[in-house]
Amino acid sequence: MAAQPDRSAMPEKAQQDAPEATVGPGPGDLVKRHHLSTRLWHWLNVVTLAVMMMSGLMIFNAHPRLYWGEYGANADPAWFEIGSTETTGFVQAGSLRIETTGVLGRWTDQDGVLRRRAFPYWITIPSRYSLADARLWHFAFAWVLGLSLAAFMTASLLNRHFKRHLTISLDEVRPSHLWADIKDHARLRFPIEAAALRYNILQKLAYAAVLFGLLPLIIFTGLAMSPAMDAGWPWLLDIFGGRQSARSLHFIAMVALVAFFLVHIAMVVLAGPINEVRSMISGYYRLPGKRPESRSGEVAP
Amino acid sequence: MNRRDLLGGLSLGAGGLLLGGCDRLNADPSVRKILVGAEALNLRSQRLLAGGLAREYRRDQMSPVFRTNGNTRPESTAYLAHAATNFVDWRLIVDGLVAMPLKLSLGDLGTFPQRAQITRHDCVEGWSAIGKWQGPMLSDILKAAGLSDRARYIVFHCADGDANRPFYESIDLYDAFHPQTIMALLMNDRRLPMGHGAPLRLRVERQLGYKHAKFVMRIEARARIDDLYDGKGGYWEDSAGYAWYAGI
Repeated sequence: MAAQPDRSAMPEKAQQDAPEATVGPGPGDLVKRHHLSTRLWHWLNVVTLAVMMMSGLMIFNAHPRLYWGEYGANADPAWFEIGSTETTGFVQAGSLRIETTGVLGRWTDQDGVLRRRAFPYWITIPSRYSLADARLWHFAFAWVLGLSLAAFMTASLLNRHFKRHLTISLDEVRPSHLWADIKDHARLRFPIEAAALRYNILQKLAYAAVLFGLLPLIIFTGLAMSPAMDAGWPWLLDIFGGRQSARSLHFIAMVALVAFFLVHIAMVVLAGPINEVRSMISGYYRLPGKRPESRSGEVAP
Repeated sequence: MNRRDLLGGLSLGAGGLLLGGCDRLNADPSVRKILVGAEALNLRSQRLLAGGLAREYRRDQMSPVFRTNGNTRPESTAYLAHAATNFVDWRLIVDGLVAMPLKLSLGDLGTFPQRAQITRHDCVEGWSAIGKWQGPMLSDILKAAGLSDRARYIVFHCADGDANRPFYESIDLYDAFHPQTIMALLMNDRRLPMGHGAPLRLRVERQLGYKHAKFVMRIEARARIDDLYDGKGGYWEDSAGYAWYAGI
C-alpha cells in the first residue's frame, strides 16, 4: 500500500521509551487496548457531538453574530458574523472578510430556493430553518453529552484509564521531547510494537485538552447562556465574562472540537484505519511491527 | 467517471441519506416525544438549581440601544385608540380564579409599590440587551385580587397577535410570585414605548424574551392552560413549537 507511512525507521526515542521487551506482546499480536467504558463513550460521542454541532449551527443561524461582554445585539459591534449582501455571502472576523457565496451566508437549498442564512441546509438539524426544533435536539442531547461525560470520567478514574494512559510526566513536556514527537508526527513515523500501546505526548495533550478543557468549556458556556442558570449560578457569568462572551466561547469551543475531529480522523487513517477502528469496537489492537514496510519494499533499512 | 467524481458522489449520497434521516427523525412523533420529554428535565433541574434572583446590572452596563422584536405595533383599533390617548381610559383586567376581579388604570398600577431592576433580556435567537424596567410586582397585583387556591397558572392576554390567534403567554405561580416578576410600566425611566409593549409588559427574569408578554390587556388566573387556544400555554409555543418553560 503506497499510502502506508514509513514505519521502518523506528525513532531512537521511541526505542528508549519502550518498556523492556523481555515479556509482553510482540508485533502482530492482538492485545487489549480500550476499556469498554471508553469504547461505549467514544461511539456515543460520534452521535451526540454530531447532533449537538448540527443543531447548534441551526441555532446560530437565528442570530449569526458573536459579541464579547454581557450584552450584544444588532446595534452592537460583533467580532464575528456570517452575513450576506444582495449578491454574496460572507464571513467576517474582526476586519477580515472572506467571501463564502454558495456555502455560508447565501446559498441554495434542496428545493433550489436561494436562502440568506449563515449555515447551509446540509449541515444543520433540521435542514429547514426551525429554531424551535433545533433547540429541542440541542437540549435533549446536551443531557446525553453531560451525563455520559460524567459517567466516562467516573469510570476512567475507577478503572485507572486516566492515571495509566493520560498522566503527563514532566519529562514528556520537555521541549526536546515535545519537538521529537512533533517531528515523528510530521514524518508520519508512528510508534510500533509495545510503544504503540501507549499514547505519545501529543496524543495525551490532545485528549486531555478535549476531555478536561474543551468539553467542560462547551458545557459550562452552554449553561451560562441560560437565564435561569445565571440566576442560580451567577459565577458562570463571572468566569466567562458575560453571557455574550460565553456564547462566543461556546462557538469557539465547537470549532476547536471540529478541528480535533479532523486531525483525529486523519491520524486514524494514516495509522491504519482497520486496526484502529477495530480496537475501538472490540477493544483489541494488533501491534504494529516492521512487516508491512519490508513487504512493500519501499524502504529497506 | 473518475475516482474523484465517484468519491464526491458517494459522499454526497451519504450526506443526503444522513440528512434525510435527520429530517425524518425530526418529523417522527415518537422521537419528538422523547425530545420534548428532555425538555421537562430542564424545568425540573432548573427549579432545583436556579432559585434566587437574576443578576441586576449597574446603569453603566446598560445596552446603548435596546432593539425591539416581534410585534412592535398591534393592529387592533381599540388598542390604537388607547395609544392615541396615552392610555388614559385603558384598564388592565385581572380576573379568572380570583376573589375580586380588578380593573386597574395606569394610575392604579402606579399606587402599588414599584420595583426597578436593570436586567439582561435574552432572546431565544441568541442576542442579549440590558435595560431598566420598573413597575408593580405581579405578586402584589395577584394578592390584591385575592388569588384562589385553585389557581396554578397566570395567563397574560395581549393586544397583539395574528389572524389565527391573539398573543398570550403563561407562567406558573413559582415564577409569578418571584420578586423580580413585575408588570413594567417604565423602561429606561420612561413610559414603555410601543415597540417594547406599551402600556404594560411582563418581566419574568430567568426566562427567555418570548415569555415577556408585551401589550398586556388582561391577567387571568387559571387552574390549567392545556384547554386554552392550542393548549401549549403561549402564542410562540402554539405557533412555532417553542418550549413553554424558557429557562434555557
